[in-house]
Amino acid sequence: MFDRVKEREPLWREEFSISKADERYVNRRQLAKFLTLGSLGMFAGNLWILGRSWMRKARVYHRSPIARAGEIPVGGVKLFQYPHPGEQCIMVRTGEDTYVAYSQKCTHLSCAVFYSREENRLECPCHKGYFSVTDGSVLQGPPTRPLPRVVLERNGDDLIAIKMEPEV
Amino acid sequence: MARYSSSKNILQQRRGLTAIDAITALIVILLVVQIWLLSATLEAYLAGHTETALPGAIVSGVLCAVCFVMYGFVRSVDRDSRPDQ
Repeated sequence: MFDRVKEREPLWREEFSISKADERYVNRRQLAKFLTLGSLGMFAGNLWILGRSWMRKARVYHRSPIARAGEIPVGGVKLFQYPHPGEQCIMVRTGEDTYVAYSQKCTHLSCAVFYSREENRLECPCHKGYFSVTDGSVLQGPPTRPLPRVVLERNGDDLIAIKMEPEV
Repeated sequence: MARYSSSKNILQQRRGLTAIDAITALIVILLVVQIWLLSATLEAYLAGHTETALPGAIVSGVLCAVCFVMYGFVRSVDRDSRPDQ
């Protein structure tokens, strides 16, 4: 009986004896394998973050005078570099006696933020991310994390940067 | 007898396919959870919160192990449903 069935089948089927059902079967197994390897990749990513967290040392911040009180007008800004040269920060005088300072690097894609006096907020021109000038929190846009704040201390007429929160 | 054996094989293969589909769907769900976990842990790490890294890695490891177990199950189902090979 088998021989009779075989006789009726075209020649090409005999030469390319690949079963379509079997092909599908193998493909599903390959998909499962691919997904499992993807899962392994995700685990490796988490391990990498864990390793970085363990190797991360608490940063030591130095005290650095950045401006003199009254040096800039109310609503004015001053750019400075803290804690290291090249790490740009922005200080805003929001009131007669209030000064706030943040890292100038947007937490989305690291564009430089600027202070908008009209809107009283820090704005990122790249993707319209807006931050509160009061505490650096995100008001609008793609950034999900607040701007790192530079803690300031007033010593007489000097404004001194002490550290950053959170540590960067 | 041969026809009975053939139809039994087909039934077995169909069952195997269904099982593999179900397991693949489960693996996809676990993978999506792992992707979310990785992005959340990375987000927290970049925000300076390193305390989430260890629980994130443990949970991700457990999910990865479950994925491997299920992949092993897929392989065994695949092998069992092909008695002729």
